[in-house]
Amino acid sequence: MYYDPFVLPFTLGLNILLIYLLARYTRWIRSFSKEEKRIIRKNIFTLKTWKAGKEVFLESLVHHKIYRTSPFLGYMHMCFGLGWFLLIVIGKIESLVYHTSLLNPPYFAIFFRFFHPAQETFPYSTTFAFLMDLVLLMILSGLTLAWIKRLYSKALGMKKTTRHRPFDLLILTVLWCIFPLRFLAESFTSGVRGGGHFLTHTAGDFFSRFLPIESLSYPAWWAYSSALGLFFLLLPFSRYMHIPTEIVCIFLKNWGIKQGRTFTTFSQFQLYSCSRCGICIDRCQLGNSLKITDTQPVYFLKALRHNTEHSVPTDNCLMCGRCEAACPVGISLNNLRLSQRKDGSRITKATYGYIPPITPPQAKIAYFAGCMGHLTPGIIQAMLTIFAKAKADYTFIDEKGGICCGRPLLLSGNQKAASVLRDKNNDLLNQSGASLLVTSCPICYKTFKEDYELNMPVMHHTEYIRLLLRQGHIQPHHSELRTIFHNPCELGRGSDVYAAPEEVLKAVSHKLPTVYDGRDSLCCGGSLANIHLTPLQRTQLSSDALKAYLTYHPDVLVTACPLCKKTFSKTETSVPVKDIAEVVAENLG
Amino acid sequence: MSIIIIGAGPAGCEAAYRLAQSGEQVELIEKENETGGNLNNWYQLFPDRKSAKELNRLLRQNLNHPNIRVHLNCEPVKIIRENNSFSIDLNDGAQLQGEALLLTTGFRTFNARRKEEYGYGIYENVMTSVELENFLTNHQLQTSTGKKPERIGLIQCVGSRDEKICNFHCSKVCCITAVKQAVEIREILPDAEILCFYMDMRMFGPGYEELYREAQEKYNIRFIRGRLSEASENLSKQVMIKAEDTLVGKPIRMSLDLMILMVGMEPSEGTRQLATQLNLKLAPNGFLHTADPHYATNLTSTPGIFSAGCSTSPMNLTDTLTDARSAAIAIKEFLLSNRANTHKKH
Repeated sequence: MYYDPFVLPFTLGLNILLIYLLARYTRWIRSFSKEEKRIIRKNIFTLKTWKAGKEVFLESLVHHKIYRTSPFLGYMHMCFGLGWFLLIVIGKIESLVYHTSLLNPPYFAIFFRFFHPAQETFPYSTTFAFLMDLVLLMILSGLTLAWIKRLYSKALGMKKTTRHRPFDLLILTVLWCIFPLRFLAESFTSGVRGGGHFLTHTAGDFFSRFLPIESLSYPAWWAYSSALGLFFLLLPFSRYMHIPTEIVCIFLKNWGIKQGRTFTTFSQFQLYSCSRCGICIDRCQLGNSLKITDTQPVYFLKALRHNTEHSVPTDNCLMCGRCEAACPVGISLNNLRLSQRKDGSRITKATYGYIPPITPPQAKIAYFAGCMGHLTPGIIQAMLTIFAKAKADYTFIDEKGGICCGRPLLLSGNQKAASVLRDKNNDLLNQSGASLLVTSCPICYKTFKEDYELNMPVMHHTEYIRLLLRQGHIQPHHSELRTIFHNPCELGRGSDVYAAPEEVLKAVSHKLPTVYDGRDSLCCGGSLANIHLTPLQRTQLSSDALKAYLTYHPDVLVTACPLCKKTFSKTETSVPVKDIAEVVAENLG
Repeated sequence: MSIIIIGAGPAGCEAAYRLAQSGEQVELIEKENETGGNLNNWYQLFPDRKSAKELNRLLRQNLNHPNIRVHLNCEPVKIIRENNSFSIDLNDGAQLQGEALLLTTGFRTFNARRKEEYGYGIYENVMTSVELENFLTNHQLQTSTGKKPERIGLIQCVGSRDEKICNFHCSKVCCITAVKQAVEIREILPDAEILCFYMDMRMFGPGYEELYREAQEKYNIRFIRGRLSEASENLSKQVMIKAEDTLVGKPIRMSLDLMILMVGMEPSEGTRQLATQLNLKLAPNGFLHTADPHYATNLTSTPGIFSAGCSTSPMNLTDTLTDARSAAIAIKEFLLSNRANTHKKH
């Protein structure tokens, strides 16, 4: 029996952690709704579980999404995730090869160099020693990057890194101690008894020259074990709870559990999956333009998890989705935020009783400009021109006015009021008898797609124009205008419409590529989701965004949302701001 | 050495004349080919309906003073400040030296295209209050299709008191301008329905309230408290508007044959450019900051540089001219103390 009292801190810490996690996750999983439990049961023994396993490897270990933000940052996270994993797995295999009993205690593999008399060889022992040293070196290199990041985050591609609680700084220190202590313990032991490979053996030799390593090696193993034990004990109360939780979360997600607009058990899993890596910080325009530093998801989720005051951060968010698009854990940040907004409406069905039913003329296509569309008659005119040119059988369904789609209310937390409007509007649209609904407003578009039960497909006008182009119903000229495209939050990140506007704009103008293309477009600052900013702050946001776009010196800044257009036009701009429909209509002969 | 005045609108002309009268040499710079500024676009003045041309003529006549040199079609391209004097290069190559600088660069009217929901530049029968003045001069008012308008709406606060377009300030003169213009329209079109949509009627000047009352009682102008929300155009090119009558608490929907937008005031391009160039402090509304809103309305954040008229805030003509005279006194005081100091040193 291999045993030494120094393994106790590690063993105790690990067991307490495992019992805690088991209890916690069981309690959470039990509180899932019946429907959610049914979904889990249905999918648990399918390929989805395999897919989830793959995702766990890619995200929890390799951290491949972080490489998009910065290769250094990705490597740093991979060193900890994959490195530590390999250290455990290879160590375990090594211990199994040496000591063929499957049931050797976990500490045996972790402290193998202590228990294994180095003179004794076993199959591939040198290879194992080499691999273990290599992995340790990888982790130590990652650790060095982590130190650099704390001191100078820009070096790793982050303008700002997370401000942590004192408690999290404590456990961070403990984590940072673990691997150097392992390195020292293995090196000292190697110096005394031999063993190890290029790293620990060399270091052991080196230390033996000037350190009393004989008397240091045993305390070093104690220190290493204690650091591990302490880390495990502190883990459930720290941000490192994300390590086990993210894995469970990935499985749940793959099995089909979704984060809706209310706070559920799954939200708990999401909340604890946040590693506070801080990648969301640089993405947030409220931080970059307005120096608001308490509302980024990392801080919002922290406040939510530790139940500290978070009413302002709850409301002070554009819900532009820039953070969500970059979140390496894939947390549904917008919906989590929405789940905290208070539903304060006292609106009932009777509130909108005065709205007369509309009996629109029947046509194949129903065009819905939306409230914001009505504030930008230029866009409406462009769309009517396009419909006429394409000889489309259409009816302007809200020409004389319509009902709000409900999404602005929903974004402010008034979900009940939103549903009243939605039901009313849903009926009106379904009565139109049209076979296609086209809208100019991405805000309407998103809720039509996600929340309505329409008896016809819905298209944003960018998609409809692309269809007309592809079918040859309109043939606009290709103008010499140099354009750049501002993809509205609700259309791009919100509804995943990227290709259609790109194709349309390239067909009618010379579209310049920018770093803000696709998922990285900025928020115009006009977002209906923020109920906290002052008008002056909003102006600051929009003029900063505009400035960023105009560094590309386009002839026109093109967008595909009436609200974005209005927001960018509220200050006098040197470059015209147009909707994509207007650019297309201008180029129709 | 002389005093340099930039901008020959009413404020610039009046200040130039008063300074000249007091014995100072004045260089008056104007970027247009005539003096008068925004006054050139106006037909009649409120509330007494005096001819704008008459006042303009008087102001222009005063500039014949031997102490005044007017530089038309000129803009400063370079302003250098040395010790207690200014040296200004003009775009025509001239170089001016001055002891003090007075900015009377005034305002520009709000670009109504920025308020897209009102359809200016998109719908044919939407025009601004400035454009209406031109029609009033010619005593003729028609729709784009040549029809006699039957219903006309005047929309207040376009570009004023509107946080959505970042103009928080009240432009002061649009209320009374709308009343005056409504009366003038009535004289051209005795049978038309004339409506005025307002947020508040701010009748702050002498005779304004009286004209407002007269407009309702004698000229049958309808005043509706409520802001226009949106407008569209129908096939016969009428403007279909949506608003709310907030006194009755009911939404309104109607068609207008003509819609007039009472555009507000913003600091002019010249005011903005000079403020940047001279590093002058601006008030939150974008106009020039004055040292004290009660007692030092003509002092900017830099000694030796003065301001008057609408470069510091929206004003009516009466206040603009008064402010110009006040600037003349402030400059005179500055010069006297400057000269006394130089004298002492010698």
